[in-house]
Amino acid sequence: MDGITLALTASWEALPYILGGVWWTLALIICAMGLGFVMGVPLAVTHVYANGFFRRLVGLYVWLFRGIPILVQLYLFYFGILAWLGSFSLLAPLNLDSAFSAAVIVLGLTSAAYQSQIFRGAIQSLPQGQLKAARALGMTDTQAIVSIILPQALRLAIPAWSNEYSILLKDSALAFVIGVLEVMSRTRSVAATTHQPLPLSILAGLIFFALTWVGIKALKKLEDKVRIAGYSQQGSL
Amino acid sequence: MTAQTPLLRVENIVKHLGGHRILDDVSLNVPKGRLKVLIGPSGAGKSTFLQCVNFLLPPDEGKIFLEGREINGASKKELLGLRQHVGMIFQDFNLFDHLTALENVRIALIKVKRMQKREATERAMDELQRVGLVDKAGLYPAQLSGGQKQRVSVARALAMDPKLLLLDEPTSALDPELIGEVLAVIRELAKAGMTMIMATHQISFSASLADEFVFMEQGRIVERGAPSELLGKGRASRTQAFCAKLNELTGENAE
Ligand SMILES: Nc1ncnc2c1ncn2[C@@H]1O[C@H](COP(=O)(O)OP(=O)(O)OP(=O)(O)O)[C@@H](O)[C@H]1O
Ligand SMILES: [Mg+2]
Repeated sequence: MDGITLALTASWEALPYILGGVWWTLALIICAMGLGFVMGVPLAVTHVYANGFFRRLVGLYVWLFRGIPILVQLYLFYFGILAWLGSFSLLAPLNLDSAFSAAVIVLGLTSAAYQSQIFRGAIQSLPQGQLKAARALGMTDTQAIVSIILPQALRLAIPAWSNEYSILLKDSALAFVIGVLEVMSRTRSVAATTHQPLPLSILAGLIFFALTWVGIKALKKLEDKVRIAGYSQQGSL
Repeated sequence: MTAQTPLLRVENIVKHLGGHRILDDVSLNVPKGRLKVLIGPSGAGKSTFLQCVNFLLPPDEGKIFLEGREINGASKKELLGLRQHVGMIFQDFNLFDHLTALENVRIALIKVKRMQKREATERAMDELQRVGLVDKAGLYPAQLSGGQKQRVSVARALAMDPKLLLLDEPTSALDPELIGEVLAVIRELAKAGMTMIMATHQISFSASLADEFVFMEQGRIVERGAPSELLGKGRASRTQAFCAKLNELTGENAE
């Protein structure tokens, strides 16, 4: 009895430490979503508009990153490629956490594969005539894609994108295996000393749930904010 | 450019799509300030022809001259230049759904003509004024009627100061009661001396404005001439037979 109380107290005292992991989790997922976005948009555009070779290259990329489990990728990147490249010393002057960087790269590259498919679907659901109209006005294809196609496609993609957020959030918990000090890894290390995995697991679950909820709410807000007046999203994903 | 040089000269255009010869040796001269009307059954190649003129569909063979200068289809820069001078109106408007009426008219001025935003806005408002839609400037396409959308698309094309306007069945997607407002705009343009090629089924409307009717069938021009000539009483023209059939179907072109 006394032992359990003691352990619970220890768990309670570890709360700030575990909550501190939220920043790492958030930083991880924001950076990974960002990387996935920055790569996913051009991948999607290439997939839709480029000719055979580049299109197939994107297909290969997507197939590869959707096919390899994140856990495997994390090991491969952290203990394999990154270590082998000696990139740690390269990154050292930036004062970056190497495990964190590896996690961002893995989650970001994987998310890029998924996001590219989200944006591809959104682009393809747009009426094709608008691209024609933009060209007829003398716009280059790049101008037409940047100022006509993408602003609409990205709006359409928000619901699917918020889904990707919640998936990535959960995937980010895997980063504990390479020692990123995010919520899950802190929960585990505290549990190892207090031997009270249950309340701590519940706590971790609640934190992830809250982060999911807040993120999805925020994206729903964004979706409403950028909604085009009178426009019904027949092409929604 | 001499007085005789047509604004647009299309010589022996051939276009294949999906393994079929969609345009077969089509030629057309359009002098400045004239309206040429393309008529013919569905699938005749009218849309394909219009899109060949501004190289949205590059012709496989043939030549296109604008103001006497041949367009080199291989040069991106020349094509972009050509398209600035050739406006296009589509059957289903193709307005940019995420932009207001004003922004639709303005965007190419800013992106393509590199105008300052203020100047572009003024110009766009002038064009919306011309089509009677100043009060709708802030509305999005989804908030406009079909007729209003098509008028915005006319304003969008006109804002670029085109030398030539291509109209591909501009009223075919409209409810009958909305056709009139768009035709009125086109009539004003014709009277103001805009050079145009229009594919349409509005025979009686265009008969009064067109310089020439061009009847297409299976990718070829099978008949051409002044409307009065082709539609005149006692003429046994293909055009007349086609128009009679249209009348039967719609009852709208009776005259
Ligand atoms: N991308 C394509 N691939 C294959 N065939 C095509 C393609 N686009 C058009 N066609 C064919 O070309 C022919 C001419 O089409 P086009 O749209 O130019 O006709 P149209 O005279 O404008 O007809 P409508 O009155 O129906 O608009 C049609 O038989 C059509 O099926
Ligand atoms: Mg057509």
